[in-house]
Amino acid sequence: MTLKTIETTFSRGTAFMPYIPLGYPTPEASLDAVRAVVATGADMVELGVPFSDPLADGPTIQAATQRALENGVTVEKCLQMAAQLRAEGISVPFLLMGYLNPFLAFGLENLVEAAAKIKIDGFIIPDLPPEEAGEMDALCRKHDLALVYFLAPTSTPERISLVAEKARGFIYLVSLTGVTGARNRLSDTLPQFVARVRAATDTPLAVGFGIGDGAQARQVAHFADGVIVGSALVKRMAESTAAVHALAEEIAESVHSL
Amino acid sequence: MNITHAVDGKFGPYGGQFVPETLMPALAELESAYAAAIADPEFMAEFEHLLKTYVGRESPLTFARRLTDHLGGAKIYLKREDLNHSGAHKINNALGQALLAKRMGKTRIVAETGAGQHGVGTATACALLGLDAIIYMGTVDIARQQPNVYRMKLLGAEVRPVESGSKTLKDAINEAIRDWVTNVETTHYLLGSVLGPHPYPTIVRDFQAVIGREARRQILDAEGRLPDTLIACVGGGSNAIGLFQAFLDDENVAMIGVEAGGLGIESGKHAARFADPDRARLGVLHGTRSFVLQTADGQIMETHSVSAGLDYPSVGPQHALLRDVERAGYTFATDDEALEAFHLLSRLEGIIPALESAHAVAEAIKRAPKMSKNDIIIVNLSGRGDKDLDTVIKLTADSH
Repeated sequence: MTLKTIETTFSRGTAFMPYIPLGYPTPEASLDAVRAVVATGADMVELGVPFSDPLADGPTIQAATQRALENGVTVEKCLQMAAQLRAEGISVPFLLMGYLNPFLAFGLENLVEAAAKIKIDGFIIPDLPPEEAGEMDALCRKHDLALVYFLAPTSTPERISLVAEKARGFIYLVSLTGVTGARNRLSDTLPQFVARVRAATDTPLAVGFGIGDGAQARQVAHFADGVIVGSALVKRMAESTAAVHALAEEIAESVHSL
Repeated sequence: MNITHAVDGKFGPYGGQFVPETLMPALAELESAYAAAIADPEFMAEFEHLLKTYVGRESPLTFARRLTDHLGGAKIYLKREDLNHSGAHKINNALGQALLAKRMGKTRIVAETGAGQHGVGTATACALLGLDAIIYMGTVDIARQQPNVYRMKLLGAEVRPVESGSKTLKDAINEAIRDWVTNVETTHYLLGSVLGPHPYPTIVRDFQAVIGREARRQILDAEGRLPDTLIACVGGGSNAIGLFQAFLDDENVAMIGVEAGGLGIESGKHAARFADPDRARLGVLHGTRSFVLQTADGQIMETHSVSAGLDYPSVGPQHALLRDVERAGYTFATDDEALEAFHLLSRLEGIIPALESAHAVAEAIKRAPKMSKNDIIIVNLSGRGDKDLDTVIKLTADSH
């Protein structure tokens, strides 16, 4: 499990990449959600680590991660949950997704070492732009893990070049200017935005934020290498694992049918 | 180590730009627009004109004769930011940034507020300049600062209640940032303290530095010499840095920042980031690296202070550096000490201070009696206390 695993995954075709907040609605139910999305054919899973002040997230993920905190979920527990999933034989790439402060409190060096040991493949940290990522970047390189950077519709050509140069694994394209959360429709300018980044890099491009159903996922899969779905699945997590499975299946089919 | 200015967006190891990618271009745009604005004599002339004719600057430096006599030690001067239009130092920065936003072509302003003073300052500046103002405020703060909520609405601002997290200042900042992320093309985030990602700690500091420039000149006029000690309360730290900045090169002027000690450090119910090494560690909150009150797992702690304006779990990065290099010292005053100072200043000087500023007065009360009668203290009276009457009446009734 390394950066290479992520690269191989993208080489096989467009990837379905669900985000599952660990610990929501309960720790065990969140593990069931991961099992369910993997069973439907998810190619990679973002495991959400809760933070008290998730400023890039909309109400759905805010509420879910708040509940996870109330359930006593910590970075340590997230690592244990990931290890448990690996022990069950789930082999798709895992990315830990969380805000910087809990990771700093855990200690970046400890974190990356522990992650590498339990075969986590990389990190997504929304409040860590490349300018501030020196230490984390070096640690991830040392252990051959991905550190995923973002680009947004507001990103200038200079920033696209900067991220293109630093990116390893894939680049996370934020589909809209805003916070996470399902939307009624995709941004009209999304294809042009993806094309703009595509012109600057060969690194796979995964699109996230605002993608909520199979139809939207199919649209995005036409021009992206990965389709990330978070809030829509999180809403289903409040209902049941079966509901998660049903939506994940719909999206997986849309993404993989192309 | 450069203690007066940020280098590459950082004050020593503190500061930086820990924000989502969507905002990185906006910060770059803000940085270059700000640099161009302060190099433009017309912009600065307009700012200074408004500070004079609208805010009512310069604010007086008042010798607190009866307080000084009562304490029997150092002479105490009060820098009267409470006399600014809208009642606190916050208007200095709000006007500066609103002018900057207008120059950048932004039509919509979002801001957070805790005590409501920054919200009122922002609403005031936006009314004056014809900008839309949306103010995010935690519901806990809305409950304890009703007069300011009403004031903001009168001034034409929309006050959006924030129900998430601890429902105080930090959560209001989260919501303001989420709004900014969503509406970044049209919207300027008018951050109210020396916090957040670069360039905010620099911009806010610069717009507040007028406090210290005036105070330095005024004390030289009044006493023919510089003060021995400056005292200011520190929430995010904008009034303190505003006072300190002009004195940083004056080696013999001591500087004391006063944090909110709440119910006492041991209680854990406080906002004293520098006084509680068990709970406050280096971390990242709202885009900046500084000392942050947090759990062992890196979750941000809820803070407590009788004054909403000091009720914040992190502190401006320049303060963290000034403390490291021992250019400024930091202490705290408890809720009780602040309330005592609130009453004492009201009775002895006829000045009702904001509960935030009362923390600085409380430190002067502790310190002045131990100093010589020839020594001089300047206390930054950062705001007036009208907004706090409900809180004080309730607390006074509870204790009788």
